[in-house]
Amino acid sequence: MTNSTAKRLRPLSPNIQIYRPQLTSVLSIANRISGIVLSLYAIVLVVWLVAAATGPQAYSNVHVFMGSGVGRILLFGCSLSFFLHLCGSIRHLIWDAGFGFELRTIYASGWTVVLISSALTIIAWIVSIVLAGWNR
Amino acid sequence: MSKESMRSPLGRALGLGSAKAGVGEWWRERVSALALVPLTVWFAASLIVHTGSDYATLIAWLRTPIVSLLMVLLLAGIFYHTALGLQVVIEDYVHSGLKILALIGMRFICAGLAAAGILATLRIAFGR
Repeated sequence: MTNSTAKRLRPLSPNIQIYRPQLTSVLSIANRISGIVLSLYAIVLVVWLVAAATGPQAYSNVHVFMGSGVGRILLFGCSLSFFLHLCGSIRHLIWDAGFGFELRTIYASGWTVVLISSALTIIAWIVSIVLAGWNR
Repeated sequence: MSKESMRSPLGRALGLGSAKAGVGEWWRERVSALALVPLTVWFAASLIVHTGSDYATLIAWLRTPIVSLLMVLLLAGIFYHTALGLQVVIEDYVHSGLKILALIGMRFICAGLAAAGILATLRIAFGR
């Protein structure tokens, strides 16, 4: 008796697949995906710390893996996800404070997130390669 | 289900809407995000600076009191924020009875990783 009301077919909003991707929707899902990705990299952070606490040999294993091709691709993914999530979250915090809701502002801040997070990723890699050399 | 038929429509509706713990979780996610902005930027900048450092240099850096302190704050902040964020993701996409298991499992993993990371930091900080 109570379930009949819950199971009644109600009109649903159109599903996400029929929409053309827009900057707003793409950045929204990008913030969520980068957050999920970063939670996986948080595991790597703990592995790295535990290895450092264990000793030089354990740390060296992690360090060598991070310097390998696969490790570098993973680190690049980590840095890109981090800067994207950082910039996207600052944009969200500004919205949460009640600012920036005009459509023009939303697109301007969206492109700012794309540009700054890409720039920071590239700068981070250039600085780290300049400081340590490609073979570190 | 038959025992629920005794409840009034109002009684069934109460407590099912958004007015539960959502506001508190929303705030906690934002406040932890705010704390993580300086902490993660500091950590990312430090990692970039230490790209070429050897083991001894890195350990010496991690043993500095301010670095140990910031690492503990960073780890606590990261896994607190991660647990809140993944909770939203699980609640959005998992609708079966697995939801509660996924939430509990996710929290256990976050708590375990936070403890492991903080313990490793303290072992480095107080190690010989």
